[in-house]
Amino acid sequence: MPVEEASPQAASPPSGPSKAATNGHGSVVAPVAHKTIMEQNGIASHPSHDAPPSMPWFGMDIGGTLTKLVYFEPTDLSEAEEESEVETIKNIRKYLKSNSAYGETGHRDAHLQMENVRVGNHTGTLHFIRFPTSEMPNFLELSKSKGMATLASTICATGGGAYKFEEDFQREVNLTLHKFDELDCLIRGIEYIEDNNMDRECYYFLNPRSEDLCEKVTFDFSDPYPFLVVNIGSGVSILAVDGPDNYRRVSGTSLGGGTFLGLSCLLTGCKTFEEAIELAAQGNNENVDKLVRDIYGGDYQRFGLGGDIVASSFGQMNSAEKRAKVSREDLACATLITITNNIGSIARMVAANEKIEKVLFVGNFLRVNPISMKLLSHAMEFWSGGQLKAIFLEHEGYFGAVGSMLELMRTGELPSCSG
Amino acid sequence: MTANLKRKCAQLGEVHPFYLQNMKLTEKVRSMIAFELNCSEMQYHNELPPCPTPQTPVAVSILLQEEWIVDEEEKEELSQLTISLVSQNKQSPLEQLNGSLTSGHNTSKRMSKKINRPGGSLTKIAYYSTVSYRKVLYNAEKDSAASNDGGDYQYESSEIERLHFVKFETKYIEHWLDFIRNHLMCSKESMLGKTIKATGGGAYKFAELLQQKLGLIVEKEDEIGSLIKGCNFLLRNIPDEQFSYSRHEDPEYRFINTEPNIFPYLLVNIGSGVSIMKVEADDKYERIGGTSMGGGTFWGLGSLLTKAKGFDELLQLASEGDHRNVDLLVKDIYGGDYSALGLTGGTIASSFGKAMHHGHGKSDGSPGFSEADIARSLLFTVSNDIGQIASLYAMLHGLRKVYFGGYFLRNHPVSMHTISFAINYWSRGAVQALFLRHEGYLGAIGAFLLGAEECDTEKYSWGENYAGSSGLQSPLPHPPGWPGGTIDQLEMDRCDQQLTFFPFLACPGEYVPDTVDLTKDKEARDYWLSCFEGSLGSFVDRAISSQPNIPDSQERANKFRDKYLQRLHNLKNHPFAYGNLTVRSLLDMREHCLNEFDFPDPYLQQKKMENEYALKLLKKHLAMVDKLEYNERQEVLVRGFLAGNVFDWGAKEVVKLMEHGLSFTEAGDKLQKRPWLHDDLDDWLNRQQQGPYKCAIIFLDNSGCDVVLGIMPFARELLIRGTRVVLCANSKPALNDVTAEELIMVMKQVALVCPIMHEHLEAGTLCVRESGQASPCLDLSRLPLSLVDELVKWQCDLVVVEGMGRAIHTNLLTSFTCDSLKLAVIKNRWLAQRLGGEMFSVMCKYEAGSVKTSVVSTATIDNVPVPQL
Repeated sequence: MPVEEASPQAASPPSGPSKAATNGHGSVVAPVAHKTIMEQNGIASHPSHDAPPSMPWFGMDIGGTLTKLVYFEPTDLSEAEEESEVETIKNIRKYLKSNSAYGETGHRDAHLQMENVRVGNHTGTLHFIRFPTSEMPNFLELSKSKGMATLASTICATGGGAYKFEEDFQREVNLTLHKFDELDCLIRGIEYIEDNNMDRECYYFLNPRSEDLCEKVTFDFSDPYPFLVVNIGSGVSILAVDGPDNYRRVSGTSLGGGTFLGLSCLLTGCKTFEEAIELAAQGNNENVDKLVRDIYGGDYQRFGLGGDIVASSFGQMNSAEKRAKVSREDLACATLITITNNIGSIARMVAANEKIEKVLFVGNFLRVNPISMKLLSHAMEFWSGGQLKAIFLEHEGYFGAVGSMLELMRTGELPSCSG
Repeated sequence: MTANLKRKCAQLGEVHPFYLQNMKLTEKVRSMIAFELNCSEMQYHNELPPCPTPQTPVAVSILLQEEWIVDEEEKEELSQLTISLVSQNKQSPLEQLNGSLTSGHNTSKRMSKKINRPGGSLTKIAYYSTVSYRKVLYNAEKDSAASNDGGDYQYESSEIERLHFVKFETKYIEHWLDFIRNHLMCSKESMLGKTIKATGGGAYKFAELLQQKLGLIVEKEDEIGSLIKGCNFLLRNIPDEQFSYSRHEDPEYRFINTEPNIFPYLLVNIGSGVSIMKVEADDKYERIGGTSMGGGTFWGLGSLLTKAKGFDELLQLASEGDHRNVDLLVKDIYGGDYSALGLTGGTIASSFGKAMHHGHGKSDGSPGFSEADIARSLLFTVSNDIGQIASLYAMLHGLRKVYFGGYFLRNHPVSMHTISFAINYWSRGAVQALFLRHEGYLGAIGAFLLGAEECDTEKYSWGENYAGSSGLQSPLPHPPGWPGGTIDQLEMDRCDQQLTFFPFLACPGEYVPDTVDLTKDKEARDYWLSCFEGSLGSFVDRAISSQPNIPDSQERANKFRDKYLQRLHNLKNHPFAYGNLTVRSLLDMREHCLNEFDFPDPYLQQKKMENEYALKLLKKHLAMVDKLEYNERQEVLVRGFLAGNVFDWGAKEVVKLMEHGLSFTEAGDKLQKRPWLHDDLDDWLNRQQQGPYKCAIIFLDNSGCDVVLGIMPFARELLIRGTRVVLCANSKPALNDVTAEELIMVMKQVALVCPIMHEHLEAGTLCVRESGQASPCLDLSRLPLSLVDELVKWQCDLVVVEGMGRAIHTNLLTSFTCDSLKLAVIKNRWLAQRLGGEMFSVMCKYEAGSVKTSVVSTATIDNVPVPQL
């Protein structure tokens, strides 16, 4: 078995030279210590040497678990423009807009919808749609049935699936995927959404440990740099963003949302993330974990460890008797807490190593998951003595997709990329 | 006073350190025990062998550890328990047990089956004993009371202080508690009201049992201190204690010698959870963090997700599985490598990421992965995570070294490899994961040290007894009468002094005595292993003939042979078992095994005879030397030095010559003609044109012609020129090497022959010192502190190292800040040829002192004609 197979999750080691990233045109950018994003938001500064790409405008982020789709619906089309629109595009718009669920597994997050945003030379609405990556064949089938293949359009995509499913797109719906680096897209997406949703996008939790006093408070992110981005998808990537055109991938872990869901499925037989989260919310990890007070009878004062701190995750489960008593809910809860705390510790250590105080948590693991968000809020603040702040964003998992759509704006009518 | 004292002890139930120390002088009645028990099934097994009458306990302390394990059967919950027990016990039954543990097992077949299976829940026992040995009386006429074994040999009984650490399966725990009660304690009543220091939840769980069995009251105490104490003790006292591990490299294990300064380091204790301690000094450490993902997580989740029973079955299952069926890999997401980030397709992107599509109860077919795959994924998940978090802490605190302790690793190759890989990966090589050969004993050793402070354990240096210790992946079989399984054992003998580094090493931090690492060099390893095996017979004969009138000598000699042979065979398969395999470790192991079977000095008679013979020739030889003019004399002295070094009973090819009688002149004629294999003679002679040295230390080799006709004239010349001379000889016998005690006798005779030597002996400008060694080789990181102080005071500016063992097998590549002269005759044909020479090739290496820098060692290697050695 080769060494790499035992290797930790996806990340280049900290403080090393950044990767050789592919830029928007598919060529390779030489590795440099600090990666430069060529243009921040892909619109304003973009030379208008070409007309914007033809509609529809999509951005896609095909992750290990979920595929995220952003669709821009222009609301400023003149009648003439509307007239000239191909019927297919109208149908697609109508289909996407009028539904909030597609098939069995596709969802449109209507509450995240953003009105009156400028993309390219248009004003319109951004729609946010997601479906499990495992449903990609169905998605392609649906696209085909809606006539996507007739449009000969391009779609910008990021995430590993952009590579994995490239041929399927070409074959099934005649779509050429423009592939973009997922971290570039992520950072660009965050900056774009933050700019366009300034007053409501970023927030943090006040008194995260208290049921009564806990409060979601808007965070003023107008002076952002430097900040850490902890992107929790199937796995976790941690990026240090030093400036608008300057970020590094500093760490990551393979213990992410995929681990939570995978373990929950194995432990509880649940099928979906929502189900797992629901179970976790009803469970109690104290029946599963071994707490400091289980070992010490109380606090471990010598080292300032409170009695309710988890000393050993799943530490009680080697006992057959305890295993017999434990509930699915408890197991889901312990899984969620284990994964969340672990991400929290690593994020905190990385932040300390990088001397960064603002930590943005994004990614779909946090969707419908206040338990994790509050845990992370508490962990950041408590273990750092108030130094660190956990910040969350409303559009949790969609930044990569947004970023890739912005890339589309930059590509204009250029021929499809070669690589 | 003793009887009174004993009674008093019995009444008080404990003894003041003062008494204990006094007792040490009057009676050898101590035995200290420390237990570290992991967990228990609480089942009774076969009874232990019958033991002597219970004795009065002197003092007891028990340390329960933070981490405790609940056994899979959940019959009882027991903590890791460490008991240090100082009991008053003439012939410790444990000692007897130990006798049976260490006396020649010849069951290598059975062992090899067990080798890669880590034991079950393990119990660790530490105890302290005084072991009696025969010791040769060198000054025979002075002591007529000593036992007379037959004419020429006189022995007295001597003792060494020994620390024993035994590790075995925990199912015998209650056995041991009974054993303590029955054999090491007088009665439960005598223990009533005594308190035990304890820590952790186990303290609560265990309190009742302890009180019921032993009558002890449990009192809380911290455990991390004992871990760190144990770790420091091992790092300081056991050579090659620490190693790095990489499964795909050859050798897998890379050992690191003791360092002058072991601090600072990070200690990661992986128990149920993980505690991470930063250690900056003996008494300066703090817990800087930890993670709840530890051994308990592996065990707990593993128990939920597989049918494996217990920790070891889980590990076994993990070694059979393939995590790629459970984990979402980069290639599962990207279809291949994610080359932009330099991630190969095999990298794990999401642990358990594939499990989500296979929830239980899903009817459509099999899940695509097995329980073994789950176990392996789990092992990787936990190990990777610990490695990553440890490296983050290490980097945050600027620490380079990370050691691991706790029950999780157990020197398990997959876990060690994964953790090493993770640490290296996440720190980009800035942090090194280091493992300890005796990782499992940290707590027990520390607890022992805490409980035995009155024994001044830390004022002495200790050395590993290879004869009584089991190696990595090489457990010893259970003693006869035990229900089976294997045990691990570490024995450490107390040195008479505190040992430290030679003060004039150019790079003490990088000092490695040995010239060749046989773990890396298979050809050399094969040669030396068969060479040692081939010459074993003559050593057995020699041992028997050294004790002609002792009836069981034949039997003991056979046991010696079996034991050493078994070790050699084990080393063939596990060259890393005792640290780096070197010629030195093979030689030392042979000496330890001889000692173990009470052959303290097989060459006693030979040495005595040769010394007497050589002393008769000394006067004439000195007269010859004195007639020479200065320059010629300097050269003759070096040649004489080398001629003397031919007389070596450790070299089997020379033995043949010596058995037929070899004169000093003949030996001189055997020497290689100049230019020698390494020939710095001219440089040395040129140096003799300049002013004298202030102080020279000579590390001696053989008895007889070597020391008398080779060294004495050489030393005398230095003395005449005004140099103070320290003759440094072994503290204890090894082969026919002269010991310090023998040398003192020899010097008395030399003084009678030579007035100059007499004068300097009287004045103290010529002196004999012990080297602290009991080996044919020389480890310059373990010299007596008192000697080192003297050398510094006397501004030693020349070190002379003599012979194959000290100047070729070891120290050939060592650089010094003072001038050094290494002289040896190569008396092994294979080695000579490997170095590009013939039998009796001469190594004459003179080097001016270098500046203290770490670059020097490489430069030195370049100068030596034997880099491929």
